[in-house]
Amino acid sequence: MGQAAAFWIMAVVIVGAALAVVFLRNVFRAALLLILCFIGVAGIYITLSADFLAAVQILVYVGAISVLIILAVMMTRGGMQKGNPSNKLKIPAVIVGAALLGILIYAVTTSTWGISTQEPLTDTTAPLATQLFSENGYILPVLIGATLLLAAILGAIVITRENPQNKENKK
Amino acid sequence: MIGLTHYLVLSAVLFCIGLYGALTRRNAVIILMCIELMLNAVNITLVAFSSYIVPQLLTGQVFAIFVMVVAAAEVAVGLAIILAIFRHYKDIDIDNINLLKW
Repeated sequence: MGQAAAFWIMAVVIVGAALAVVFLRNVFRAALLLILCFIGVAGIYITLSADFLAAVQILVYVGAISVLIILAVMMTRGGMQKGNPSNKLKIPAVIVGAALLGILIYAVTTSTWGISTQEPLTDTTAPLATQLFSENGYILPVLIGATLLLAAILGAIVITRENPQNKENKK
Repeated sequence: MIGLTHYLVLSAVLFCIGLYGALTRRNAVIILMCIELMLNAVNITLVAFSSYIVPQLLTGQVFAIFVMVVAAAEVAVGLAIILAIFRHYKDIDIDNINLLKW
C-alpha cells in the first residue's frame, strides 16, 4: 500500500517534471524542474529498495550534474533569442516518440517476466561494494570508469580553455 | 499492487519524453537535459529488473552505477563543448550550428 502510493506520487512528479523540461519556455525553470525529476527518480529507487543508488542519485545528479547544467544555462545566456523553440522536426518526432512508446508498452505488457519470489535485499551498500570490488566482481570496469572520468574532466578543461592564439589576435 | 510492469511503463514514458525533446528542441542545453532524462529512464529499468528478477544479486544496480559514471562524463564533456561553441559563435541554437552538415 505504502509502496503503491509512493510509486504513483513519484511517477506523476517524474512525468510532469519531464514534460515541463521539454515544453517550458524558460530554460532556467526547465533546469530546476529537471532537478525535481532527478529527485523523483531517487524516490523510485527507494520504492525498489535500492537505497545506495538513491543516495548516489541525489549526490551525483541532484548535487553535481544539475549544478553543471545550471552553470551552463547561466553562462550561455543570450545564446538563444526566444528561450526554448522547437525545430521543423516536430511532427516526425511526435510520430517516432508515440510509435516507440506504443511498441515499448506493448512489449512490456505482453511478455512474461520470470519474477523471483525472493525478497529484495534491503541493505544494499555492503553487497554492492562486494560485487564491485571483489576479485570475481567488477573491479576492472570500476578502474576503466575511473579512467574515463579522469579523461572526461581533462577533456572538459582542454575544450573550455581559452585558445592563447585567439587572445593574441584580440589584442 | 505495483509490479514490474508499472516501473517499465514509467521508464518507457520517461524515455519517450526525453527522445521527443532531444529530437525537437533547438537549445543545446535543453537537448543535454533530455539526454539525461533518457539515461534516467534506462536506470529505472535496470534497477526495476534487478529488484524484481534477481533480488539477491544486484547486477542491475551495478550496471546503473556504471551508467551514472558514463552520464557524468558525458555531461561534463557535452557542456564543455556547448560552452566552447557559445564562445565561438555567441549562439547555442543547434539549427545555426551546421558546420558538420553537408
